[in-house]
Amino acid sequence: MKIIVAIKQVPERDAQLRIDAAGEWIEETGLQFALNESDAYALEEALQLKEKHGGEVVALSAGPERVGSTIREALAKGADRGIHINCADLGARDALGVAKLLAEAVKPENPDLVLTGLQSDDLGQGQTGVILAELLGLPHASLILHVEKTETGLAVKRELEEGWFQSIELATPAVLTIQSGGSKLRYATLMGIKRAKTKEVRTLTAAELPAGSTKVAVLERVALPSKQKSTQMLTGTAKEAAAALVEKLKFEAKVL
Amino acid sequence: MSGIWVVVEERDGRVSRISWEAVAAGLRLGALTGLSVNAAVPGAQTETLAGEVAARALGKVVRVEHPLLAVYTADGFTLALQQFFEAERPDYVVFPHSYQVRDYAPALAARLGETLIGDVTSIGDGPVFARQLMQGRLNGFYRHTGSGPCFVSVQAGAIRAEAAEAGAAEVSVFSPTIEAAQIRTRPGERFRGSAQTVDLGSAQRIVSVGRGIKDAANLPMIQELATALNAEMGASRPICDNGWLPMERQIGSSGQTVAPTLYLAVGISGAIQHLVGMKGSQCVAAINKDPDAPIFEAADYGIAGDLFEVVPALTEAVRAAKL
Repeated sequence: MKIIVAIKQVPERDAQLRIDAAGEWIEETGLQFALNESDAYALEEALQLKEKHGGEVVALSAGPERVGSTIREALAKGADRGIHINCADLGARDALGVAKLLAEAVKPENPDLVLTGLQSDDLGQGQTGVILAELLGLPHASLILHVEKTETGLAVKRELEEGWFQSIELATPAVLTIQSGGSKLRYATLMGIKRAKTKEVRTLTAAELPAGSTKVAVLERVALPSKQKSTQMLTGTAKEAAAALVEKLKFEAKVL
Repeated sequence: MSGIWVVVEERDGRVSRISWEAVAAGLRLGALTGLSVNAAVPGAQTETLAGEVAARALGKVVRVEHPLLAVYTADGFTLALQQFFEAERPDYVVFPHSYQVRDYAPALAARLGETLIGDVTSIGDGPVFARQLMQGRLNGFYRHTGSGPCFVSVQAGAIRAEAAEAGAAEVSVFSPTIEAAQIRTRPGERFRGSAQTVDLGSAQRIVSVGRGIKDAANLPMIQELATALNAEMGASRPICDNGWLPMERQIGSSGQTVAPTLYLAVGISGAIQHLVGMKGSQCVAAINKDPDAPIFEAADYGIAGDLFEVVPALTEAVRAAKL
């Protein structure tokens, strides 16, 4: 089975956020970046399918130069090769524009399966995989926790709301968006990291892909959220703050 | 162009609560733009549902009806609504941001050369659509620039579903053309993951733990606090994903919804998926090392500090108060 995993590099979860001078995005200098969490689960699912059924796993990512390190991380975990769509203005493209870039890179590969995380931890639009399926003319299923290969295609476990699940069958080729938590993530081994250095990463530029960059939705500005609820912050040493909290819960909120 | 269309979903045979919130968002958009607000009800048997919506002061209600829509599939719903909206040419389409909408609306928008502005929390002049970025740590403001319909989905609980005024909207039926072969997925029955033995929904006090705990080995510290408070333990998704606590203790959109009198969030940043599961709590207290963590937005009391220092101190203070 040939599997393409579309992964995204996102700011680290704990990164301190500062808004840039134009007020249009966050200041990226000095930020640490990491592999998007649900994409890590998509990669894990792909590697497990390959271990069971053989084939190839290709890590695909779009973004500026720095994205190369995230592709190497995927290679170190076991992906066979990488494709980097070098694109400095990824953030300026809307969900449709990004999916078009990815679709153009996927098409010539003719994969049996395309996996991606259900949403990114930065923009959180949760659309890339579904649009990708539409652009490639393939069936899809979203919020998938488990993938099984069957004689006719795939049987997948989809997460619904409030603790419900559903099984879905679909033929390959197909696109799946993967929910986090379906399996345990592996770490890259030292051997894996060493091997990754010799694996092929092909670089395409956004300009050479016939995807266009017309936008239908624009992120005009960003702002830090304003407090909606008046939160009483309790300060002092841990002991003082803890004592103050017990006081408040007991005598003010009267919930103890 | 034909104004604003709200796509309504069913839940247990009735219009879902979040669909009413989408109707409210549609009416808000109507007030901003002066456009008419209408509703589309996709399904196989939509008479009751359409009747429920038509009892409100909306322009038109259309039942987008086909036997192949009896069971939800992305292909079926995308095809049906594509045909309907190509005929209707709406200015805006408003969806509830449900798991189902997330599964097909991006494809539907793409098919019409558009993109969904998803998970919207408010609508301002312009119209400008606000949505959360960076797991709720940043707000983004979006404007539609495409030439086709503007597709929007609204976050559950973000826009109050004030009862729309009573009315008597005209109801009609639209029959899309769908062939069985065009539906490429075969959905099975819905099922529960495992028998739920813990009902956090009725718990009076919950101590909930998140990523900040760093390692499963640190959980006993949280359990001690929960025991001192006579509280149940809950968790955010990553804790259950890691297998540190069973899935049945997960609180949030994919887990349980709780409404205790006291909800104490420890090391939880407060992504929206978690907040929707606990915002019905009477009193919320939060401990987190990041003073800007979104959990503090939802909290009555906050301690910005190291949980490894605060939690033992709190356990001691609770015991000392002999609660």
